[in-house]
Amino acid sequence: MEKVAIIGVGQSAFVRGYPGSIRELAFEGFKEAVEDAKVSVGDIDASVICSAPEYDKQRSPSGVFAEYLGLIPQPTCYLESLCSSTSMGLRMAYSLVKSGLHDVVAVLGFQKMSEISSAESQERMGRGADIQWESPFGTMMPAYYAMFAKAHMEKYGTTLDDMALIRVKAATYGPINEKALFRKPVTLEMFTDPDHFMSGPVASPLRVGDCCANADGSSCLIVASEEKAKALSKKPVWILGLGAASASVNMAGRDLFTGLAVARQASEQAYKMAGVTPKDIDVAEVHDCFTISEILAYEDLGFAKPGEGRELVKSKETYKEGNIPVNVDGGLLSKGHPIGATGGSQIRTIVLQLRGDAGEMQVKDPGIGLVHNIGGVGLYGNVTILGR
Amino acid sequence: MSKKKEIDDRFKKFGTVSFTSVTKVNDFIDFLEKGKVMGTRCQDCGKVFFPPRADCYHCLSRNVEWFEVSGKGKLVSYSKLKYAPVGFEGDLPYSIALVDYGDYKIFGRLAGDIPDDEVKLGMEMKTVVNKLPNGQLNYVFEKV
Repeated sequence: MEKVAIIGVGQSAFVRGYPGSIRELAFEGFKEAVEDAKVSVGDIDASVICSAPEYDKQRSPSGVFAEYLGLIPQPTCYLESLCSSTSMGLRMAYSLVKSGLHDVVAVLGFQKMSEISSAESQERMGRGADIQWESPFGTMMPAYYAMFAKAHMEKYGTTLDDMALIRVKAATYGPINEKALFRKPVTLEMFTDPDHFMSGPVASPLRVGDCCANADGSSCLIVASEEKAKALSKKPVWILGLGAASASVNMAGRDLFTGLAVARQASEQAYKMAGVTPKDIDVAEVHDCFTISEILAYEDLGFAKPGEGRELVKSKETYKEGNIPVNVDGGLLSKGHPIGATGGSQIRTIVLQLRGDAGEMQVKDPGIGLVHNIGGVGLYGNVTILGR
Repeated sequence: MSKKKEIDDRFKKFGTVSFTSVTKVNDFIDFLEKGKVMGTRCQDCGKVFFPPRADCYHCLSRNVEWFEVSGKGKLVSYSKLKYAPVGFEGDLPYSIALVDYGDYKIFGRLAGDIPDDEVKLGMEMKTVVNKLPNGQLNYVFEKV
C-alpha cells in the first residue's frame, strides 16, 4: 500500500488583531510550511483552503490565496467543517494523493476573527448550530458545551476544580510556545477568586477561564505521496489513520451528553486504520475549546474510562512527563482558536513532536501521535493518527 | 388577484431573533399562536420528529402529520447564560435547556421564573408556548 506523508508544517503566531489582510495572514503559515518541507512552491500540485465561513468579506478565498501564494494555475478549492476544517482538509489531501491525482498538496487553514466584535462572533458561532430551531433561543458555543459539562458533572461527579486543572495544565505550556496567544501561567486560585477575571461566569457552569479565545491565525501542511516524500524529505511523518464522523446539528437529535459521539466514532475508525490502540499513542493534541472538552476527549479517545477523564489531569499523566502527554503546546486554551487554522496547528505540533523538533515542548521519543479536532458542538469529528 | 406571489414567511416569528422565514413547516407558528407546540410524524413509517420536519429521512416520504407535544419530559441538561449573542442581550439572563420526552427531545429555554436552586437534571418538565416582549413566539420548559 502506497503511504501518504506530511513533509512540511507551518503556522503563523496566533494573535488578536493581525495587522494585515487574510491573504497576508495565509502567507505566514504557508511560507513556514514550504520552507520546512524544503520544496519550491512549484512542487505543489494543488491546494485545499480551509476555514469557517462568514468571518471575511472575501467570498471564495481559495482563488485569492492561490494567486497570492503562487499556486496558480494548479487546482484549488475551499473546504469547511467549522473548527475541524483543516483536519478535514488533510483527509481530502490524503485522498487526492492516494488516488494518484496529485503528488504534493498544500492544506491551508486560516481565520481572521478580529474584524468583528466578540458578541458578533458568538452570534456567528451560534449559527454553526441549527439556525432554524435552536439559534432563535439565543445559543452560543460556551452554553452548548456547558450543557455537556453539566451532564458530565451530574453523572460522574466531575468538578469545577477538575476543569480548572485543564486550564492550569494548558497554561503550563503556553509560555513555552512562541506561537501562543496566552503565555502567562494560570493557577487554580484564580478560578476561586471572585475578583479574578478567570472566575467570571460565561454560561453556567463554565467560567472565563474554561473557555478558549478567538484569534487570528493561519496554518499549513504539505502533504506528499510516498515517492515524493522519500525524495524530498529527510523526516517525513506518515498518515497512519484517519477517522471522521458527523452528528445531528440539533441537540434534540443527540443521545450522548457526557461525551461526543463523533469523537468516539472517528477515533475508532482511526485506530482501526492505523492498527493501533489508545495505549500505543505517545503524544496527543485534543480539541480543548473548553476545559470540559479535554476531559471528554480523554474518555472519547479511550485514554480514560468514561467518567474517569479528570483522573488523568489530576495525576498529571497528561503533562509532558506523563504517560500520555496531551496539548503540551498549550492547546486551544493557550494558543487561541482561529477556527479554520486550529486543526493544522494541532497537526503541526504532532508532526514536530514525532520528528523531535518540538524544542522546549518536546516529549521523550514519541513514535505515534494523535490529533482530535472537533467542528461545532460535536457536529463534526476528525481523528488523525500519525507516525514516524 | 395580484400577480405578485405572496411569500409565506410566518417562521420569522419564531424566537427572539429568527434566522429562517420560509419553511414547509410554517404551520408550526400558527399552532404556537394557538398555544400548541407541535411535532410531526411520518404517516408511512411512523417515525416521530421534533423539531418538526416536512420530509422523512427514514423512508423518504413527504407524507407527515402534526402531533401535539403533551405530557412531561425530563431535563437532560441546561446552561444559564451570562452573555448573549447579538440581538439576544435584552433576554439575559436566560437558560437554554434540553428535555427528553422518550420518543423525542426538545431544545428550548427554561421558564424564567424557576429559581436556580430548584433546577435539577432529571426533573420533570412540560413545554409551554411563550410570548416574548417583542411580540415573537417561542416555548419554554416549566416545572411540572
